[in-house]
Amino acid sequence: MALDIARKAYRRGAVAYVQKARRRLGGRSFRRNVLPWLFVAPISLVHLIIVIIPALFGLYYSLTEWPGVGRPEFVGLQNFRTLFFKDMHFRQAFNHNLMWVAFFLTVPFIMSLSAASLVAQIRRAAMFFRTLLFVPYVLPGVVVAFVWRMMMSPRVGAGAQLARWGLDIPLLGHPFLGDTQTALWAVAFVANWPWWGFLMTLFLAAMQAISPELYDAAKIDGANRWQEFRNVTLPGIRPTVVFMYLMSAIWSFTSFGYVWVLTQGGPGVSTELLVTYLYKKAFRYFEVGYGAAIGLTVTALAGTLVVLSTLLRRRGWEI
Amino acid sequence: MSEMLRLFRGGRRASLVPNYTVMVLLALFSLGPVCVLAFNSLKSNLEIGDNSLGPPTELHLENFFNAWVQGAFGTTVRNSLFLVVTTVALVLLLGGIAAYALARLKPPGADAYMVYMVALSTVPVWLYLVPLFVILKRIGLIDSLWGLLLLYVALESPFSIFLLRSFMLEVPSDFEDAARVDGASEWQVLIRVMLPIVWPGFLTVGLVVALSVWNEFQIAYVFIHSPELQPVATSYYSFQRRFYTDWALTSAAAMMMITPVICFFLALQRRFIEGLAQGGLKG
Repeated sequence: MALDIARKAYRRGAVAYVQKARRRLGGRSFRRNVLPWLFVAPISLVHLIIVIIPALFGLYYSLTEWPGVGRPEFVGLQNFRTLFFKDMHFRQAFNHNLMWVAFFLTVPFIMSLSAASLVAQIRRAAMFFRTLLFVPYVLPGVVVAFVWRMMMSPRVGAGAQLARWGLDIPLLGHPFLGDTQTALWAVAFVANWPWWGFLMTLFLAAMQAISPELYDAAKIDGANRWQEFRNVTLPGIRPTVVFMYLMSAIWSFTSFGYVWVLTQGGPGVSTELLVTYLYKKAFRYFEVGYGAAIGLTVTALAGTLVVLSTLLRRRGWEI
Repeated sequence: MSEMLRLFRGGRRASLVPNYTVMVLLALFSLGPVCVLAFNSLKSNLEIGDNSLGPPTELHLENFFNAWVQGAFGTTVRNSLFLVVTTVALVLLLGGIAAYALARLKPPGADAYMVYMVALSTVPVWLYLVPLFVILKRIGLIDSLWGLLLLYVALESPFSIFLLRSFMLEVPSDFEDAARVDGASEWQVLIRVMLPIVWPGFLTVGLVVALSVWNEFQIAYVFIHSPELQPVATSYYSFQRRFYTDWALTSAAAMMMITPVICFFLALQRRFIEGLAQGGLKG
């Protein structure tokens, strides 16, 4: 008690002392208003050079025709006209990208939500399983792509080996990556392999923050597992799910790595996505202005999703 | 209380056998391919030809030696280590002081700046990659590890500032006030008071940044062209295209890349998972 009073008195005295010292130095406004921004300045400068200025240049380049050398020629909206109305290659890439987004907004979420709710129910070894399922997420994408190229290879893949062992599963030996009908889904499958375990970890953490009393109440009411999941778990983790849903949409509009390593957009154009197309245009065919226009379109698509979800939430939608 | 209730009614609870079954199958799905990779890195290509999933019958350790030489791992590992160390150091230094200013000095406009950070981290790289390439080319930072370093610092820092700031917000302000009363400058408060308390947060962020730089492939692929400047992941991309069906050699090269990652992860998994999960913002 006495100690408490002493501490309070000390703190009051200390605060007064600091304020007096600041006034004396005239440092109050400096320490509060200027110094913090000096601390923030170096990293902001890096952002300015690497992100902000190039992004503004990108806006300008998208209105030009430019092979990367010489002067960019201003052409107004012509790049976008070509992009939206004439370029069939772009349209295909766009359609593939829509399928790709649809995949990443369903499959990983179904897998990770079911796995997380299964892990959340077990006490023993829950953290052990979490660690195991998280391992693929820390592997480099180039290695993940290689492993699955090997596993799906018609000669040394899993299907071929199981057949050699006398367990011939008809579809498993199919050259999924080489077939225009299946290649896009095969690449999506590979990209999902490290991803869903990461999502599961996020959802598991959110689930473990739900009060156990709610589950007890559900049990007393005689809820079965599905009802429990639907009425207790899902509402509890909704903010996390919604946030990851939004981020997944943004990221899957800008996917590049897995497609590039596994198929480079082929066979034919069957796995071409918006960004692999952008890469080819800008860095292979040196249509810098056109590439910038694709980049802007991709950003606009992702940005629309963010704005839309913010607006809906402002208007009171429960998402 | 609820825990006791749960134990008390334990007998009535639904069986957990299906849970364990599914978890074991999913763990096989996650780790099986990694095991296959490890097995194949020890086989000869001949053996992979008729046993591509099972454990090796004899050990071909020379795969690792050959892969190390063919992939010029001596050079690429050095490049990657340089990038990892410098990126982590710069992100922790520049991001750390920015986070300190935003969390503890709370200047007017700090909240707006955090919103700007979120926006920055969601802008797709592909919006500015092409013009950035043009700009860096003009100032001679294409095909240069310093240019790549600058890019990594820019890309890794928004998430790092976020995380470091959230760690610093949890520290009670008494300690700092005491130091300020004693006439410490803000810099001294940061180094002498803040850092000794929040260093675990710095470690977490450092690990996450190190992991993502070590694994990074696509930006280095765009900006680095000379083989002798490539980091491991980018060099591995060309390696696996050059030895397209040399499964043993390519598996061995992959194992050399992922073994340190997996060891670090298993040793410090709590930190990794905490950092990566809170950095859910980052791609």
